[in-house]
Amino acid sequence: MPAVRSARVPLDTARVILPRGQVHVIPHRCKECRFCVDFCPKDVLALSTETNAKGYRYPVVAPGKDEACVHCEFCTLVCPEYAIFTVEVPRVEVMA
Amino acid sequence: MKGEPAVLTGQHFLLGDHACAEGALAAGCRFFGGYPITPSTEVAEWLARRLPEVGGIFVQMEDELASMAAIVGASVAGARAMTATSGPGFSLMMENLGLAAMMEVPCVVVNVQRGGPSTGLPTLVGQADVMQARWGSHGDYEIVAYSPASPQECFDLTVKAFNTADHFRIPVLVMADEVVAHMMERVTIPPAEAIPRVERKRPRQGPGGNGFLPFKADDDLIPPMVHAGEGYRIHFTGLTHDERGYPAITAPAHDRLVRRLVDKVRQKAWEIVEYEEYRLEDVSVVIIAYGSTARSARRAVGLAREQGIAAGLLRPITLWPFPGERVKKLAERVRAFVVPELNLGQISREVERFTSLPVLGVNHAGGAMMPPEPILEAIREVAG
Amino acid sequence: MTMSTLIAERHPSDPLFRADRLPHIWCPGCGIGPAMHAYAQAMVESGIPLARHVCVSGIGCTGRVPGYLNMDSYHTTHGRAIPFAMAIALVKPELEVTVYSGDGDLFAIGGNHFIHAARRNVDINVICINNFNYGMTGGQVGPTTPMGARATTAPFGNYEQPFNLPHLAAATGAVFVARWTSLHLRQLKQAMLRAMKKRGFTFIEVLAPCPVGFGRPNDIGDAMEEMTLYREGCVVDPAAPLDSLDIDLRVKDRPIVLGNFVDVERPVFDPLAMMRPTSEAENNTAVAGKTQEGQ
Repeated sequence: MPAVRSARVPLDTARVILPRGQVHVIPHRCKECRFCVDFCPKDVLALSTETNAKGYRYPVVAPGKDEACVHCEFCTLVCPEYAIFTVEVPRVEVMA
Repeated sequence: MKGEPAVLTGQHFLLGDHACAEGALAAGCRFFGGYPITPSTEVAEWLARRLPEVGGIFVQMEDELASMAAIVGASVAGARAMTATSGPGFSLMMENLGLAAMMEVPCVVVNVQRGGPSTGLPTLVGQADVMQARWGSHGDYEIVAYSPASPQECFDLTVKAFNTADHFRIPVLVMADEVVAHMMERVTIPPAEAIPRVERKRPRQGPGGNGFLPFKADDDLIPPMVHAGEGYRIHFTGLTHDERGYPAITAPAHDRLVRRLVDKVRQKAWEIVEYEEYRLEDVSVVIIAYGSTARSARRAVGLAREQGIAAGLLRPITLWPFPGERVKKLAERVRAFVVPELNLGQISREVERFTSLPVLGVNHAGGAMMPPEPILEAIREVAG
Repeated sequence: MTMSTLIAERHPSDPLFRADRLPHIWCPGCGIGPAMHAYAQAMVESGIPLARHVCVSGIGCTGRVPGYLNMDSYHTTHGRAIPFAMAIALVKPELEVTVYSGDGDLFAIGGNHFIHAARRNVDINVICINNFNYGMTGGQVGPTTPMGARATTAPFGNYEQPFNLPHLAAATGAVFVARWTSLHLRQLKQAMLRAMKKRGFTFIEVLAPCPVGFGRPNDIGDAMEEMTLYREGCVVDPAAPLDSLDIDLRVKDRPIVLGNFVDVERPVFDPLAMMRPTSEAENNTAVAGKTQEGQ
């Protein structure tokens, strides 16, 4: 259930390296349904301040969330417009 | 597979409906989707036994809407496909007949006409679907409709229907009637290699290339046909579409497409049109009759000639396109036309479009074969 | 090092779509888009080459799905996708044929074809986007509209009882029956993969928001609100009795039951079955012994 997130902490949390993702957006396809913004489990996204040509605000990475995407790809799946996707950032880069 | 070969070469004594079925098999039809309806049911029954014998697929569908959809589906997958029906089923098929016209999918529909409207006369003859054959589905389109007058023609014209359908990528109709479909006569089936076969035009380039346009027509206005599963990633839609097959909902796109669908048949109408002429050399009164009624008309010609009237018969074998040019030509040297048909005046209107001479209809709403006598009476009337 | 947001021109899934036709015609928040993406991904993961997948649809918003997929696709007449698809599957049994259409198309105008294809156990997949109304024509009442819900042709509320689609599909003979939503996309994709693997008539219902046609007249503020209903109101219960699967999004605290409800074997429709050697025919009959209780 969404109200309570991660009430229990897995035992191997310290050992697991979470993948990290880079958000890519195709602004002109977006119709501002907000699915990606509201369903992102890490609250990475926010709506842009400017609009696309059709007057829709599109998703952007929220301030301070540059490192927060874990490349779960739910935004990629749920976007009705195929306007957002994430690319996994290679681990070496993450470690660095 | 057990059973007899696809082409039953030889002499047979066949029912018209069975001859249609054998014509389909000889033409290479390997899919039949249909629904039982008098007086066409014997086509389905015959194919239910014969198609599996030659590895073909027979499916008795849940209704005629599904039957017509199924044969269009079978055809896009590459099969020669057919259905057979009568008036009430023909009405239901109009929907997907239009789809076949719009998607340019070849298929064959046999309509064994009975008396209408509605349930009408299930077991008795009629010829009142001939205008529905031409105009029955909504929108502008062209089809070809053959009218057999004997079991032999049921065979021959069904073979021809498949070839015409594949050549033009259109639905083709075999507009039989109950009398022709339920009469038994000698039918000669030629050797397999003598059965004419016109193949569908197929794409010249293989899949995978750039810029393949599945609905781009050649000079003959016919695009090559791609089948499902060949790797071209084609899109077929009943919506108005462009050469890519993509929906194109604009007036210019619609005019371009519909004009081509119509013109690809109209510009070749002279090649498609067929008719039989009987004693027209010295004629003054021309009977125009088709299907079972043409058989009575032939007798009426004989009776009229015995009475000294130079009567003759023009028998359209294609109802659509109609042999109007031939009517026009004959009109230059005759007094009048007599058009007997088992409806209250359908083809007679078409004749009137091509002549200003008197056109006398001899009409009966259906239920029994047209006798020669009323035709003779009409001949005497116009002969003066 | 990640950067805030990168602007892209293309999507990694674009090769699966006719990307030159995007953006599509569907309204903001329409649930068809995610469900179509799940299908595209399932095709790739199915191991069946894309050239052997065929998608067939009828008419309506969902009927436009095949036109956006970069594959052999047929957009047929209203309600008739199933018999059209059946014939393709019979003529070319090597093809994986999927009908992708809406609730009105499949269950009102096309209802007769659905039940007969299920009864025959035709080897096709049917994916139904259920958005509880006729969307393309502007929000009319349909065969899945809940009783009491408003529609442009039910201005005082719908007075007809709707279909329970999984129950209908199972009762008429489908060998695989599932229901997911346009939010439960991973489960939906898995169900599609199962359907593609299975021979016979499979059915997947996908609940999807139609914020304009169904949401607006029924006090569901927007697509986000309907998706939130899915997130909070759905329970996964594959063992739920099929006759308990009715849905009414407007009734608070009434769970929407999701799951893969039926996965059984029955003889697959084969018009040439009786022409095949006896041993094969016997095998086919043996399979018939299993019942749907097995799940």
